[in-house]
Amino acid sequence: MSATHTPRSPRTASRPNRQAAGHRLALLESMLRVRRFEERCVELYSAARIRGFMHLYIGEEAVAVGVNEALTDDDAVVSTYREHGHALARGVPAEAIMAEMFGKVTGCSRGRGGSMHLFDAGRRFYGGNAIVGGGLPLAAGLALADRMTGRDRVTCCFFGDGAFAEGEFHETANLAALWGLPLLLVCENNLYAMGTALARHQAQTDLALRAAGYGMVSWAVDGMDVFAVEDAARKAAEGIRAGTGPHFLEMRTYRFRAHSMYDPDRYRDKGEIEHWKERDPVEGLARRLREAKELTDKGRTALEDRLAAEIDRAVEAADQAPEEPVGDLLKYVTSAEASRP
Amino acid sequence: MTATRTRTAGPTAPGDRKTTYREAMREALREALRTDERVFLMGEDVGRYGGCFGVSLGLLEEFGPDRIRDAPLSESAFVGAGIGAALAGMRPIVEIMTVNFSLLALDQILNNAATLLHMSGGQLPVPIVIRMTTGAGRQLAAQHSHSLEGWYAHIPGLRVLAPATLTDARYMLAPALADPDPVLVFEHGTLYNASGELPADAGPVGIDRAAVRRAGADVSLITYGGSLPKALAAADDLASGGISAEVVDLRTLRPLDDATIGESVTRTHRAVVVDEGWRTGSLAAEIAARLTEQHFYDLDAPVERVCSAEVPVPYARGLEEAALPQVGGIVAAARRAVGEPAPTETGTPERPPVTGREG
Amino acid sequence: MTAFTMPSLGADMEEGLLQEWLVRPGDRVHKGDVVAVVETDKAAIEVECFESGTVGRLLVAPGARVPVGTPLAVIEGEAVSAVPTGAAGTLMAAGPGEPVGEAQPPPTHARARGDQEPAARHERPRPRRQAARRPEQTPQPAQAEARKQSARQHVQALPEPSAAASSAIGAGPLVRHLAEHRGVNLTTLHGTGPGGRITRADVERAAPPRTARVRATPYARRLAHDLGIDVRAVRGTGDGGAVRAADVHAAMRTGTGAERPDRGPAEGEQRRHAAAAIDNRAEERTDAMRRAIAALMSHAKREIPHYYLSTTIDLAAAEDWLRRVNRGRAPADRLVPAALLLKAAALAALEVPTLNGYWQNDAFVPASEINLGVAVSLRQGGLLAPVIHRVDTLPPDALMGHLKDLVQRARRGRLRGSETTGATLTVTNLGDQGVEAVFGVIHPPQVALVGFGAVVERPWAANGMLGVRPVVTATLAADHRATDGAVGARYLTAVDRLLQKPEEL
Repeated sequence: MSATHTPRSPRTASRPNRQAAGHRLALLESMLRVRRFEERCVELYSAARIRGFMHLYIGEEAVAVGVNEALTDDDAVVSTYREHGHALARGVPAEAIMAEMFGKVTGCSRGRGGSMHLFDAGRRFYGGNAIVGGGLPLAAGLALADRMTGRDRVTCCFFGDGAFAEGEFHETANLAALWGLPLLLVCENNLYAMGTALARHQAQTDLALRAAGYGMVSWAVDGMDVFAVEDAARKAAEGIRAGTGPHFLEMRTYRFRAHSMYDPDRYRDKGEIEHWKERDPVEGLARRLREAKELTDKGRTALEDRLAAEIDRAVEAADQAPEEPVGDLLKYVTSAEASRP
Repeated sequence: MTATRTRTAGPTAPGDRKTTYREAMREALREALRTDERVFLMGEDVGRYGGCFGVSLGLLEEFGPDRIRDAPLSESAFVGAGIGAALAGMRPIVEIMTVNFSLLALDQILNNAATLLHMSGGQLPVPIVIRMTTGAGRQLAAQHSHSLEGWYAHIPGLRVLAPATLTDARYMLAPALADPDPVLVFEHGTLYNASGELPADAGPVGIDRAAVRRAGADVSLITYGGSLPKALAAADDLASGGISAEVVDLRTLRPLDDATIGESVTRTHRAVVVDEGWRTGSLAAEIAARLTEQHFYDLDAPVERVCSAEVPVPYARGLEEAALPQVGGIVAAARRAVGEPAPTETGTPERPPVTGREG
Repeated sequence: MTAFTMPSLGADMEEGLLQEWLVRPGDRVHKGDVVAVVETDKAAIEVECFESGTVGRLLVAPGARVPVGTPLAVIEGEAVSAVPTGAAGTLMAAGPGEPVGEAQPPPTHARARGDQEPAARHERPRPRRQAARRPEQTPQPAQAEARKQSARQHVQALPEPSAAASSAIGAGPLVRHLAEHRGVNLTTLHGTGPGGRITRADVERAAPPRTARVRATPYARRLAHDLGIDVRAVRGTGDGGAVRAADVHAAMRTGTGAERPDRGPAEGEQRRHAAAAIDNRAEERTDAMRRAIAALMSHAKREIPHYYLSTTIDLAAAEDWLRRVNRGRAPADRLVPAALLLKAAALAALEVPTLNGYWQNDAFVPASEINLGVAVSLRQGGLLAPVIHRVDTLPPDALMGHLKDLVQRARRGRLRGSETTGATLTVTNLGDQGVEAVFGVIHPPQVALVGFGAVVERPWAANGMLGVRPVVTATLAADHRATDGAVGARYLTAVDRLLQKPEEL
């Protein structure tokens, strides 16, 4: 089955034309960081340095990077198990993420979470939730607290098209709309719930349409175009801050790699993947910037070198970092344990 | 979805210490809402209806719909929302109508509330209180009557409370809210109407220790929640037969207070665990295992368990009574433990088989 | 130059089967290119390389199953990271330009040498992709042959029971374990199993009959032990005749527990009565103790072939030394000869360790410490033997303190649990009762008992001169199964010698 998104332009998203070249380059750098970081992860996973389940975001970078542009440091992000991109875009240091995947004490979850459970309370990054849909109620609660205390903050929750089959999505969408919560729901529709194509798990595959049924403002967005993503996210965040309740963005995107680290890709054919790769959000942006003479070959090389060095440092630091002593196994099960010296 | 429609009169007059379990609970909620603006109550029909069991009656009028928050019938969403609000600095009290319904929120309770602190390496404590009704005895049949608190007591990261007395109903909520970690409070449905004098010097109470509700020398009846009144009645019955039974109220089901349980059994050398959960894999099983681990050489009889029969709780009164621990069964187990089984028509009563029925 | 290694393709992957190479030596590859197909437990997966360059040698042939991290090929090119020395180096040395696998020669070789090669081999799977391209293909005969062959190899791989193995003991680990557990010497058994193998039944038949275990509650067992009551002599009234604490109390109180009628209405009353009266019923306790002593001593005399030795020891040096040491000490702090005798008994056991330990399962088991049981007679009759641990390490003053404290508490019934168990050798001193020599009964499972009589003045000849000396008669009762008289003699001689240099005790 060859899956494609119905071509449909975002209802209200229009390309902003005030963006400075510096901003565009920053977007490229942010997306490229995610791409290169994950490519290194593949290598490290293959070398058995990273273990467990690891879900790569390659192909979907425009979503995390574009949405993050609409959020402030005070806003909150709740994510899924495919969250390296969200964490990096949010500003969680590559070192802390890599150390986490190496299971080291310097990891952003002290080695207790691994790839699927990155947390950074200081950056209000409420983590990788590895239960499909499980982060949604939590995000509603974060938004509820802001609503009750009158804080001007947005909570952004990422989830996939698979979560549309979970009751927790529908319960949360209803609750958020009912209570007018300041919640930005970002559905990363990559067309597959693990190996099950959208049309095989949803009766109505137009997800934005269905979300609209809950009385939320709801748009479908080209998730391969970081400008479109950013634009839609900004408009949604503005709407939320203006008190118009939760907004829903269906990001139409695609993952280039397997569901988890490796899988046999029996459920989709190579032609489909190649088709989507032609719309690679990272290289697409780079091409556009080159055409606009905003990015030179030299500039690209310098950027690549800088990112490679950053990732090298992250790997090196993770490698050198100590492991949590086994004697601290029970630490953090309860706060009493956590505060024990 | 609702079970019974129980409405009682409003709060008692100040100074009048005669109260009910329900009123004591409500008083605890009122106190919490008054003293901490981060506290709010959320759940199905907690507001306009006044609570499925009438616990929150009148609170909506005092605190308004923002803090006495009626939620849609979406257990997972509103429990998860409570967890999220707790992460964001609130002190939510989430009410789930019955423990059977809590299964719809089990993902949030286990995979988020109990897990986030550890999974985040200590970054995300979840100070939430989740209250729910548990237990049978009101002919509500198999989807409103089970006692699953033992399941929750299995989960690291949670604290599990079972207030069984007026004092605990009135005073356990405050320390539960002060706990930085998730606390589950199980209120047995048959206790709401329990009435009595709330001692003038009652409270505050802790949530770490079990309590000896009646001292005795010959056998320890170890129980909690809705089975406490039955155990106390059994102790009365045993006393008339010359057997002195001690009654230990666990109060906190996780973490278990090994010290108090062990101290009692070290004195009496015999233990009967009374638990309305099913016997297999029950909290009673855990306590029996701990007693043999920690106090084997103090035991003068096999540990007895009086649990619910291994059957979905039936509706018909006779069947329901037969399915649950009853005073007679507790007395019989205690007598077996002390080696004085009551004579029966068929001779010495046998210990029931593990999966069998007991009365 | 860098190594392309067997990748980890999943959380639980430890090894992978290289199914197919998609590149050949000399091919140019780029980072991210798919270069091979690896089969895991779940699926065949196309794997990529992480360096750009030229494919050099292929180190592993298709069909080989190798651990994650094993170098599969060399990629020569821009990259600078080196091939891990060791593993790859060795593999390459095995055959330059020639693919080598863990156990798998290239397919052509495999067919040629198949019948002569008994080495274990993984069945070579067909590449999945190839099968997909040619669905009409039937399974290849070579494969079926390979399967048969591998089955044959499996049978051959089983170790043949050799003649030597079957004629000897031929007992498997289970049987050997059982024999050890039950104290059976396998070399003395005649096996009744196939080929004369010794079976479980053979061992069980040969094992000494086990004494039936008394059914008693853990608490009753502990209580009986603490009160010095033999739980075997107590009549149990619990479930299935189990001895309960109440039975132990009753036995202690009445001394007639064995004759008690079946549980009646009065029993509950009795039980509570007993529970209230543990400590102030010393005279009643003696009855139970009497029976316990009776049981134990009968057992000892029935089972243990005792032999007895005696020697009289000159205590002049010891008494002189004691006088010097005690000079200026308050009466309560003074050392008495009994402390020196105990210390000498312990140090002599250090020299003759075959008297310090237990007779168990028809063999002597030496003890690792010297813990002396000290027989204490109780005023109301009866006997306890509380234990002083590691007497050999205690200076005389400390030993004296222990001894006084222990005797006092034993007589008040205030011994701690640890003080009632673990004796490796018992010493009885009846000197204060006025007798000169004691020939005791060994406390099983110990293998000896040392006796001291009263210190008395006797005419004593030494160096051709007659004088009056303080002397003590030391005796030894020993288990003839564990030792012979010569050993016992060595022990008593050592006691004598040690007491001549009291300052060294």
